[in-house]
Parts: sequence; structure tokens; C-alpha cells
Amino acid sequence: MWPEGIHRELGLAGVRVVGYVPDAGHKRLIELCRADRKMRAVVLTTEEEGIGLAAGAWLGGQRSVLLMQSSGVGNIVNVLGMVRECRFPLVTLVTMRGEQGEFNPWQVPMGQAVRPVLEAMDTVVQQVEKEDQVAPVVNAALRLAFNSYVSVAVLISQRLIGIKSFQEQSAR
Amino acid sequence: MKRRDVVKNLLSNRKNLLVVAGLGSTAWDCTAAGDSPLTFPMWGAMGQAAMMGLGLALAQPKRRVLVVTGDGEALMGLGALATIGVQKPANLTVVVIDNERYGETGMQETHTAHGVDLAGVARSCGLKVVDFKDLKKAIHTAPGPNFAAVKVKAEKIPLVLPPREGALLKARFRRALLGAKADTE
Repeated sequence: MWPEGIHRELGLAGVRVVGYVPDAGHKRLIELCRADRKMRAVVLTTEEEGIGLAAGAWLGGQRSVLLMQSSGVGNIVNVLGMVRECRFPLVTLVTMRGEQGEFNPWQVPMGQAVRPVLEAMDTVVQQVEKEDQVAPVVNAALRLAFNSYVSVAVLISQRLIGIKSFQEQSAR
Repeated sequence: MKRRDVVKNLLSNRKNLLVVAGLGSTAWDCTAAGDSPLTFPMWGAMGQAAMMGLGLALAQPKRRVLVVTGDGEALMGLGALATIGVQKPANLTVVVIDNERYGETGMQETHTAHGVDLAGVARSCGLKVVDFKDLKKAIHTAPGPNFAAVKVKAEKIPLVLPPREGALLKARFRRALLGAKADTE
């Protein structure tokens, strides 16, 4: 499954710090990172904290990633300014809502604004639609960010996550 | 107490200390105490100083890490104290220089001028609140995460500015900490 594929890529890339805000789409990946003794999984109160965490870890010589849902993109806009100004490498893995088959209308505005908002802040956006694309795209995002000192977001499309109702979400 | 005296004292003979300075007055205070490549002064990203300190402390568990920030900056990122309380980095100390004002925007009162107790918040989040008289020693030796809010006089004093360019501040910090290999990593 794709969370295992992402976890494998993170390990191969030497990612040691994983900031996350709890999210149904990332549930399995969070479990894998928490169980990995080489990774420090850091639960955040808001996605914005993950930018400070990633920047601090990079100052200290460690690679990190940030896991969030699309709604969290709205919470990191100003601090992405620091990422750009300082040329901190940043990899953000975003599970999409408000997109394909959304059942909660309150998710739609931010979900639809994710790409323009990220691009306005100079983040490279790469969307994944198919299961077999996830690991290669994450691999490429990690190399792009850490070799070229840029901010890269991988958007994991709602169709891949496949949650179709509140009932299904809470049952996960 | 006067903020410049407090910060100068905390940073004197700093040994291997890694420092994150929150935006505004505390960045100027740290610069007035002596600019160093191992001080990362923030010019933006308000609310993230403590989280930068956490990331640095996790990445460098053998080094001591100090965050020096203001009450306004800390109030914008209160959640960071909860996050630090969960991670419990033993090498991290967060010091809030509390003048009960937003110093860069016209000295408006912050919440701490109205009774909000940052040390109380930090204690509730699981940080170890340190008395000022023990603070300098705690920064270097006490198992953390440590926290202190130091009340200082609200005063307008001359700015002492660090370099502004973010990429430079990042690169010089990493080079000083990690050596030349940081440039090619």
C-alpha cells in the first residue's frame, strides 16, 4: 500500500524527524513512522509548528518531513515565507480533502485553494493520482527538496485515500 | 531588570550553546550581546522560535539549545509549549523576555500585562520552570525542557541588528555547527 511505500522512501532518504497533525488519510503512515526507531514522530498542535520544527532540524543537520491534510496548508502560509527566504529544504505530504467526492462542504474552499496558495509561496506542487505513482513522486520530492533547497509539496489525491463519508472516516 | 543586561548575562561565556532568537527585540538583544554564527535570529515566522529550538534540540541531542524570545512571540505560538512538553527534549531551554508589550509595533500591551502567566502555561505543559537566579546554570546543565519568563522593564532602546538575509543566517549556522560538509550535504 502507498503509506508503506512512502515510509520506505523516507527511511532511504535518511529522514529522522516527522512532524504531523493527526489525519485520517495519513493514519497508517503516522503509525509506521511512530513505530520506526530511527524516526522521531512529533505530534503538533497546528501545522505551522511543523515548519519551525523542520527548519530547526535542518539547522541541526537532520532531514524531516511534514504530514498534514489539505486544510493545514492554510495554516502555514506566512511561515512558508521563512522557508523561501532562508532556502530551507521542506517536504510536505498533503492528503487532499475538498476535492474528488468530498462529503463535507466546509473542506471544499481550502481544498480547492491548496495549489494556488502553495504556488504563491514558491512551493513546488506535485499531485499524485495513482497508487503506483506515490513512492516515485515522494522519492523525487525528497531529492528535489534536499538537493536543491526548495519547498516541495506532494498532494495525495482524495481518490487515493478513498474515504467517502463521515461514518467511514470515524470508523478508520 | 533591563532586557539587554539579562540577555547579555545569559549569553556571556556561552560555550557550545546553540541559540534561536525570536523576532524583534529579543533578536536585537542577542545581537547586542554579540553576534554569533551559532545564533539564529528570526526576522519573521512569528510564533515559531520555540519550535525551531525543538527541531534543533532533537537534531543535536548532545548540544544545549536556548530559545530567547519575547512574550508576544511566545503568545502567538503557545501550542509549541504543549508540543515541547510531549517531546521532552532534555537539552532545550526556552526563555521569554517579558516586557508585557509588543515592542516593534508601538508598545501595545500583550496578554501578560493582563495576568496571563506564561510560566504557568509552560508548567502545565510539562516544562520545568526555572527561577531566574538558577537560569544561567540551568541553560547549560539542568535536564529540560526548561522554561523561564523573565519580567523586564518596558523600554524603547536602540536597535542592534543582525544580518538580515535568511539564507546567509542559515548557511553560517550550519557551517559553524556541522563544518564544511554542511555546504555540500
